[in-house]
Amino acid sequence: MSQHIVPVRVYVTIFAALMVLTALTVYVATLEHGALSTPIALAIAITKAMLVILYFMHVRYSSGLTQISIATGVLFLLVMIAITMADIVSRGWLGTPGS
Amino acid sequence: MDTQVTNEHDRQEHYLNVDYGIRSWLLTRDHKRIALLYLGSITFMFFLGGIFALVIRLELLTPAGDIVGADTYNKLFTMHGVIMIFFFLIPSIPAVLGNFLVPLMIGARDLAFPRINLASWYIYSLGALFGLWAVFTGGVDTGWTFYAPYSTTASYTKVVPTIVGAFLVGFSSIFTGLNFIVTIHRMRAPGLTWFRLPLFIWAHYATSVIIILGTPVIAITLGLVAVERVFRIGIFDPALGGDPILFQHLFWFYSHPAVYIMILPSMGIISEVITCFSRKRIFGYSFIAVSSLAIALLGFLVWGHHMFVSGQSVYAALIFSVLSFAVAIPSAVKVFNWTATLYKGSISFEAPMVYALGFIGLFTIGGLTGLFLAALGLDVHVHDTYFVVAHFHYIMVGGAIMGYLAGIHFWWPKITGRLYPETLARIAALIVFLGFNLTFFPQFVLGYLGMPRRYYVYPPEFQVLNVMSTAGATILGVGYLLPMLYLTWSLRWGARAGANPWRATGLEWQTPSPPPTYNFATTPLVTEEPYAYPLREAREY
Ligand SMILES: [Cu+2]
Repeated sequence: MSQHIVPVRVYVTIFAALMVLTALTVYVATLEHGALSTPIALAIAITKAMLVILYFMHVRYSSGLTQISIATGVLFLLVMIAITMADIVSRGWLGTPGS
Repeated sequence: MDTQVTNEHDRQEHYLNVDYGIRSWLLTRDHKRIALLYLGSITFMFFLGGIFALVIRLELLTPAGDIVGADTYNKLFTMHGVIMIFFFLIPSIPAVLGNFLVPLMIGARDLAFPRINLASWYIYSLGALFGLWAVFTGGVDTGWTFYAPYSTTASYTKVVPTIVGAFLVGFSSIFTGLNFIVTIHRMRAPGLTWFRLPLFIWAHYATSVIIILGTPVIAITLGLVAVERVFRIGIFDPALGGDPILFQHLFWFYSHPAVYIMILPSMGIISEVITCFSRKRIFGYSFIAVSSLAIALLGFLVWGHHMFVSGQSVYAALIFSVLSFAVAIPSAVKVFNWTATLYKGSISFEAPMVYALGFIGLFTIGGLTGLFLAALGLDVHVHDTYFVVAHFHYIMVGGAIMGYLAGIHFWWPKITGRLYPETLARIAALIVFLGFNLTFFPQFVLGYLGMPRRYYVYPPEFQVLNVMSTAGATILGVGYLLPMLYLTWSLRWGARAGANPWRATGLEWQTPSPPPTYNFATTPLVTEEPYAYPLREAREY
């Protein structure tokens, strides 16, 4: 079991950061960014997820093996998204037969 | 109980007689007892799924729809697939033999998380109850693939309970996989380095990695189906703004690797059995070990071969086709190493070996026909025909179940302390092999001739081959009932097995049969490579 003791202050800070980022998501959604809207929303969401993984799940203080395990999970998620997007992006290149 | 005079053998305390009563089983944390709980559950599911298969084959005996209508037929093949895949094949070897053997093979007292292990069986059982609820309150007709938008919009059957069942069973296998990975990393006996591990352990390690990386995806995907179905939120249904091909991506991202969840543990068993009954060190140990990991990795990059004709981009299909061919390499590494192990071995044909040899042949046929299907042009011709049905049954039944039966026979003496009747078991193995081929080989021909899958009627010219297939299915059914009967018989009347009836290597054979609750009286010390059988690799080439 992890022996690392995380001070309460860290948890409170991270929690506050998550709340600020949530508020930011809501605020940004009211502005007009065109094609950038989704990337901006995703960037904030990924930052929040990273904070949860690193601090609330203690991955920052865990052994290298645990960190590799988490990184592998993220890597395979990226593989899934990347190859699926490869289909979605290139699906129209040949056009639709008969149209 | 402790003052009772029992016969000499029963006086030795082991995991089965250490205490009695339903409570001692339902609250056990012993990995060996949990393995037996799983054995009971999955055997029940196997025979339920088998009954559906037999009704399907009976219906296909004649070209007309004689005993069921179209709707019932759709439900039959769906429930056959759902039960066999989610409730039998995925948990079969890992949750039963893996659970029993992983700690024994690495010299550990139990798995790393015994309570999580028990919880996994309860979650499995809860999932199975949802599955049975769906089956007995009208069934489900989407096919085991739950393709959207049919599953989310059109089907009026019990889709959501089935999905909840599959979802829960997925979590039980995540628990099992997590347990294996931690146990294999942290609890190996002193001296048991990674390249001294039995190949069964390597196979289960690779399987666990697939389970942990893949299962969350299917859980979320099925969850999204339920969300779209219940709340009409558009994810997959084009009418609601969704993308149906997205469903297939997400579904097959798990469900292609799931084939390796079924076949890799089976391959681990074959490696153990082949080397034992050849009395020869396994050929190419490290290649077999690493090929398991290679299959686990590559297996995640090929899912689109299920979507060649579904509207996927041609360019994506090209990449998926090439990568699918690549999976043949680590698979062939295994097959060639097994046959090289047989070469100049001192071979004997005990029942596990008969199953193992059957596995090699049937897996090879299943694998090679997989290459036909990975070829873009050929797949257009045979997709959704009986060729596909035959192909995946050669992998899942001819491969995974043959390996499972090899393993059940091989370790039965260790699990129960009793020998099974050898002659009867060899006959049963041959019956399974013959029945299997008679059932499924004609389906290759049927598919090549163009008979589509999932229809309850067919043109009369296909009847002869269908009759052969149905006849084979009844033989196969007998082949599966026989082990069920004589293994149960052996519990009471089978000869006592010593600690090591096969003179096999491996730590599990160095403790009494059945093993004591904490497996080993003292933690074993490993000083040599695995498979130190008398015969070495042949020197003359
Ligand atoms: Cu596949």
